[in-house]
Amino acid sequence: MTSPLNHLPSAKEVGTYDPDTLASNFSDLHPPLTHRQAMIESQRCLYCFDAPCVEACPSDIDIPSFIRQISENNINGAAETILEANILGGSCARVCPTEILCERSCVRNHDAECQPVLIGLLQRHATDHMQFDGHPFKRATSTGSHVAVVGAGPAGLSCAHRLAMLGHQVTIFEAEQKPGGLNEYGIARYKMTDDFARKEVEFLLEIGGIEIQYGQRLGANLELATLHNQYDSVFLSLGLGASRALGLTGEQAPGLMPAVDYIKVLRQTDDLGSLAVAKRCIVIGAGNTAIDMATQMARLGATEVTLVYRRGVEAMSATDHEQEIAKANGVRMVTWAQPDEILLDDQVRVTGMRFAKTHDQAGRLTPTGETFEIAADAVFTAIGQGFEGASLSDTTAAELARDGERIHVNEMFQTSLPNVYAGGDCVKPGQDLTVQAVQHGKLAAHAIHQALVAKQEAA
Amino acid sequence: MNTLTFTPPGKKDSGDSVVNGVDLSVNFAGIKAPNPFWLASAPPTDKAYNVVRAYEAGWGGVVWKTLGEEPPAVNVSSRYSAHYGKNREVIGFNNIELITDRSLEINLKEITQVKKDWPDRALIVSIMVPCNEEAWAYILPLVEATGADGIELNLGCPHGMPERGMGAAVGQNPDLIEKVTYWCKKHYSKPVIVKLTPNITDIRVGAQAALRGGADAVSLINTINSITSIDLDNMVAKPTVGHQSTHGGYCGSAVKPIAMNMVAEIARDPATPTLPISGIGGISTWRDAAEFIALGAGSVQVCTAAMLNGFRIVEEMKDGLSRWMAEKGYDSIEAFSRKAIPQTTDWKHLDINFKTIAKIDQDLCIECGRCYIACEDTSHQSIAKLTEQDGARRYEVIEEECVGCNLCQITCPVDNCITMVPQETGQPFLAWDNDPRNPFRVAS
Ligand SMILES: Cc1cc2nc3c(=O)[nH]c(=O)nc-3n(C[C@H](O)[C@H](O)[C@H](O)COP(=O)(O)OP(=O)(O)OC[C@H]3O[C@@H](n4cnc5c(N)ncnc54)[C@H](O)[C@@H]3O)c2cc1C
Ligand SMILES: Cc1cc2nc3c(=O)[nH]c(=O)nc-3n(C[C@H](O)[C@H](O)[C@H](O)COP(=O)(O)O)c2cc1C
Ligand code: SF4
Ligand code: SF4
Ligand code: SF4
Repeated sequence: MTSPLNHLPSAKEVGTYDPDTLASNFSDLHPPLTHRQAMIESQRCLYCFDAPCVEACPSDIDIPSFIRQISENNINGAAETILEANILGGSCARVCPTEILCERSCVRNHDAECQPVLIGLLQRHATDHMQFDGHPFKRATSTGSHVAVVGAGPAGLSCAHRLAMLGHQVTIFEAEQKPGGLNEYGIARYKMTDDFARKEVEFLLEIGGIEIQYGQRLGANLELATLHNQYDSVFLSLGLGASRALGLTGEQAPGLMPAVDYIKVLRQTDDLGSLAVAKRCIVIGAGNTAIDMATQMARLGATEVTLVYRRGVEAMSATDHEQEIAKANGVRMVTWAQPDEILLDDQVRVTGMRFAKTHDQAGRLTPTGETFEIAADAVFTAIGQGFEGASLSDTTAAELARDGERIHVNEMFQTSLPNVYAGGDCVKPGQDLTVQAVQHGKLAAHAIHQALVAKQEAA
Repeated sequence: MNTLTFTPPGKKDSGDSVVNGVDLSVNFAGIKAPNPFWLASAPPTDKAYNVVRAYEAGWGGVVWKTLGEEPPAVNVSSRYSAHYGKNREVIGFNNIELITDRSLEINLKEITQVKKDWPDRALIVSIMVPCNEEAWAYILPLVEATGADGIELNLGCPHGMPERGMGAAVGQNPDLIEKVTYWCKKHYSKPVIVKLTPNITDIRVGAQAALRGGADAVSLINTINSITSIDLDNMVAKPTVGHQSTHGGYCGSAVKPIAMNMVAEIARDPATPTLPISGIGGISTWRDAAEFIALGAGSVQVCTAAMLNGFRIVEEMKDGLSRWMAEKGYDSIEAFSRKAIPQTTDWKHLDINFKTIAKIDQDLCIECGRCYIACEDTSHQSIAKLTEQDGARRYEVIEEECVGCNLCQITCPVDNCITMVPQETGQPFLAWDNDPRNPFRVAS
C-alpha cells in the first residue's frame, strides 16, 4: 500500500513515459547473454586452480567448473554445479553485487586486462537454459524427522531444500501470502523480471517434502514454544522486517514513507502506470535500497530525484556499480547532509526537507551549523532495516540471546535455545545479501542434519 | 562503363615483387614468381574466375586444381567438415572432394588464357591420371601447350582417387612415384614438382623416389586421412552424405606441425640435400610461411586459410613477411631459406648437459594457479604455492626440482610471465652418443 502518497498523481498522469517506455524501464537491467555470447565469455575463464573467485562467492559455487561446462555446451551440468551449492543460483545470478564478490576476485582483473569474466551473467545463462526431466536433486531416504522453518525468504527456502534433500520433512511458516521474501517483495524490479522469484520457488519445491503454510506469523498467530515442542528442530529465517525511522516530527505525514514499503508495491503491481509518482523526491540513505528506490522512481517518471547521505561518497555502502546506475538514471547525489526537519504545507503534507550540513570532525560526524532545503513531493527513507521485535515476543522467543537486535547464533547457526537455529539477515554477522542468506540456510541445514542424525544414533 | 577508377598514390600493383623495400620474388626450381605465396591446388584454383581474383589480390602463383582423364570426376553433395576450437575457430579442415569436376577441355582453355593475361605470375598445373605411361603421354602435351610454367603431380589425395588406382595409392608406393615422375620428365619439358602424401611412415622415401625419377622439386603435404567429428544424435561422421559418411583429407592450422617436420626431414636428408621444396600445410600467416621457409621451403602453398578468409589474406602475409625480413636484414627469400636446418638435429645429438629452469615474473603473474596444478599433478612438483601476508597467492619455482620441461610456461595464460632461463652449469657440451650413461655409447 502506498497510501501516504495517495495525494500524488500516478505514473500515467505524470506522463513522463508512455506505457511501452515504462515497461521497458523495468525490463532486465543487464540483459542475459545470448548463447554465442555465453560461449565466448566462457572461453575467457582460465579454469584457475584454487580459484580466487570461488573464495569470494559466499555460497562456494565451483565457478571454474560450471564455466567449463558451459564452454562444452553442457548447460544442465553447469546448472547442477551451481545449484548444488546454491539452490537459488538463478536469483543470485541476477541480484549479487558481483563487482564486490566473485568478479572482483577474478584473476582477469589484472592490469593487463582489467576485465573480469562475467561470472554472474554466465551463472544466469546456465540456470536460465537448464532443462531437466524432473527435479535435478533426489531426496535421501526419509529420516523420519520433521523440521519447522519460519520465513520463506532465501535463507528459509535454501535451508528447507537442503533438509528435504537430506531426507527430512519440512514445514515452512510464512507470514505473507507468497514465498520468496525480499526476492518477491524487495529486490529492484528490473533485476527480477518475469515473475522469476515465483518460478524459482516452484522449481525448488519440486524436490518434494516441503510444505508451506502462509499467513502464519511468529509473534502473532504462532508461538516459538509450539514449534519447539512439535518439531525436531526449528530454523528461524525472519529477515529484517522493520524500516528504521528518522525520529523527526511529521514522520506520519502524507508524502513520507519507507522505501521498502513502496518497492513492495512496485514489485507486485501489474500496472506500473497506476503507481503514485513524486515528480520531485528525496531518498535518504546510502545503501542499495536507497539506490534502488531512487533509480526506480526516476524510471517511473520522477524528474528530480535527490539522494541525500550524511557522509561522503566513499562511505556509502552501495557499490560503485550501483551508484553509477543511479547517476545514469539522472539521480542527483548530495552528501554530507542529514535530515533536520520535515517541511509540511498547511494540509500537513510533505513539501520538502531541511538538511543540516555535516562534516567529519576527528572521526565524528557533526553538523556544521549550516542548513539548506530541498523541495519535494515525497521523501523516502532507506536508512536501514531493523529487526521486527514483535516476531520474537512470545515467552520462549523472548529468551533467545541477541547480538544487538539480531538473533545470536554460533558458527553452527545454533541459537541459545536447543534445537533452534537461525540464519539470513536476522542474524549477525555479515553482509545482508541474498547469496549469504542462501549460504546460511544451506549450512544450517547441514548442522541440523548432523544433530538429528547424532540424536537418532544415540537413541 | 563510366565508373571512374583511379589508383591512390602509393598503392602497389598486385604483382609488385618489392614490398616495403624488400624483394619477395622467388625462382623455384626454375619457376619465377613475384612472391613465394602460392595457392595450393584446390577449390580456390578451380577455374579462371578464382585464379584471376587471386592474382588481382596479389598471390604470386597458383597450382591449378588437379586435372584428370575424361570423363571428369563427380562430386558428392556435402563435402567439408571442421575440427573446431571452443570459440568456433577452425583448427582443422576436412574434405571429401575429388579432383576437378570440370572438363579437361575447358580447364586447358582457361589455363592458356590466364597464363597469357598474367605472364608474371607462376601458374602450375596439377595432374592426376592413371598409373600407365599412355595416360601421361596423352595429357602432358596438352598441358605443355597451355604455356603454364610447370606441373605438379598429385600423388597424394587420400580419398576417392585411391579407389581408382590414383592419388595416395601411387604416392604410397616409392616405385610408382619414381616411374610416374620419369614418364613426366620424358613427355614434358618444363619443371615437374611431385606432391607428396603424408599418409606414409617415412616421408623421405617418397622424396628420394621422386628425385630418382628426375623430379625438379617436391611439394608437401597433401591432406591427412581424417574423421573430424561425429554427429552423436545420428551416429554418423561429418560431412554427412545422406545417412553415411567417409574419411576425408585433413588440412588447416592443425596440420602445420606435421607438415613442418616432414619438410625438415627432407631438407635434412643427405639423399635430397638440394631438392627444392614447396611447403604446404596449415599456412595461415606470414609467420607460418617464414617458419616453413626457414626449414627449407622455397615457396609456400596455401589452401584452407584462403578458403576460410578469402584471397585478401595474402596482403598481410606479404606485408608482415617483408617487414620482418627488413628488420632482420634478409634481402631475399633465399637469404633465410634453410636457416633453421643446421640447428635441427636428431635427439641423440642434443647436449645432455644443457639445463634450463622456469622463472616466474611476479609482477606479471595473475595468480591463476595453472602452473602450480600442472606441475604438481603431472610433472615434477617444482612449483610452490605460498600465501602472502595480505592473503595474495604467490607461486615460486623450486629451482632444485625443476627439470626445465616448459609445461608451466605453456599452460600460463600470460605472455612472458614464465620464462625458461638457461643455467650456467660449468659442464661441457655432451651429446648422448658420448654420454657414459649411454650403453650404446660411441667411444670418443
Ligand atoms: C530493497 C532491497 C533491495 C535489495 N537488493 C539486493 C540486491 O540487489 N542484491 C542482494 O544480494 N541483496 C539485496 N537485498 C538484500 C536481500 O534481499 C536480503 O539479504 C535477503 O533477502 C535475506 O534473506 P532472508 O531469507 O534472510 O530474509 P527475507 O528475504 O527478508 O525473508 C524473510 C521472510 O520471513 C518472513 N517473515 C518475517 N517475519 C516473520 C514472522 N514473524 N513469521 C513468519 N514469517 C516471517 C518474511 O515475510 C519473509 O518472507 C536487498 C534488500 C532490500 C531491502
Ligand atoms: C576442398 C579441398 C580440395 C582439395 N583438392 C586438391 C586437389 O584437387 N589436388 C591436390 O593436389 N590437393 C588438393 N587439396 C589439398 C591442398 O592442396 C593442400 O595440400 C592441403 O589442403 C594442405 O594445405 P592447407 O593446410 O593450406 O589447406 C585439397 C584440399 C581441400 C581442402
Ligand atoms: S552466487 Fe553470486 S557471488 Fe556467487 S558466483 Fe554466483 S553471482 Fe557470483
Ligand atoms: S578467477 Fe576468473 S578466470 Fe579464474 S576461474 Fe574464476 S572466473 Fe575463471
Ligand atoms: S600460470 Fe602464470 S599467471 Fe598463473 S599462477 Fe602460474 S605464473 Fe602466475
